[in-house]
Amino acid sequence: MKVRVLVSLKPGVLDAQGRAIEHALKDLGYAQVQGVRTGKQIVLDLATDDAEKARALARELCEKLLANPVIEQYEILV
Amino acid sequence: MPKPARIGVVMFPGSNDDRDLARGFALCGAEVEMIWHKDARLPELDGIGIPGGFSYGDYLRCGAMARFSPVMRSVVQLAAMGRPVLGVCNGFQILCESGLLPGALVRNRDLRFVCVDTRVAVEERGLFRGELTPGRELLIPVKHGEGAYVPDAERKPRVAFRYVGGSPNGSTDDIAGIVSDAGNVIGLMPHPEHAVEALLGSTDGGVLLRAFLAACVDARQARR
Repeated sequence: MKVRVLVSLKPGVLDAQGRAIEHALKDLGYAQVQGVRTGKQIVLDLATDDAEKARALARELCEKLLANPVIEQYEILV
Repeated sequence: MPKPARIGVVMFPGSNDDRDLARGFALCGAEVEMIWHKDARLPELDGIGIPGGFSYGDYLRCGAMARFSPVMRSVVQLAAMGRPVLGVCNGFQILCESGLLPGALVRNRDLRFVCVDTRVAVEERGLFRGELTPGRELLIPVKHGEGAYVPDAERKPRVAFRYVGGSPNGSTDDIAGIVSDAGNVIGLMPHPEHAVEALLGSTDGGVLLRAFLAACVDARQARR
């Protein structure tokens, strides 16, 4: 089954790309934009149909390689 | 005169300052051996240099892939045994990803690749002494897109180098380089190997490289 992993910088870490996008949107006249954070999506194709097993494996992969816990947070969408 | 320090310089796919670092070490009197990233078994070395570049294309995160290469397992073991390890730029990112140094490096504040001479002040120097005296300022260039240092909330860094007059990249507390608690692992964003000849504007990089080589010789003598 496919599992989506969303990795982004932790709230306290400056997301320079997000800030630049926010400025660009404001320059386009979208004053309602109050903040922008960016991240990346990683789609894993895992050899299981068990959602809980897939989630557990994805978490292990995040802790090991996909995210750096010093600066990043992750979300797993099964 | 003791035998010159024997230094291994690691080459990853995408490293581009490996030859420069080897040349810098050689100019400072070292014997240098190039080490391929797939070599888990290393020759007898007094110290290791991890060069700058874009290992594994900087995919996922800078240094994230290199951390799991066979050579890094050996580097982590040698570091634990007290061998000096120097990481420059991407090498610094790899040492942070490997956990040999605390913290991480993220995209520059202004999203621009910076290529500029910087002045850094020496603070803590671990095992690396000689001319590398606290308070001394060194003129060394940086060239990177992801050099803003972010400390680990749980592992306070020992600051080895701080940018003088503000960082070019948004680094926390203007941190340019750090040294491990044990004092034998040091990493920095500026490139000492690009500041070893007067023709190129500065010879200050040699101060760090020579201090590193001296520590390598000291550590070898301590092993005997």
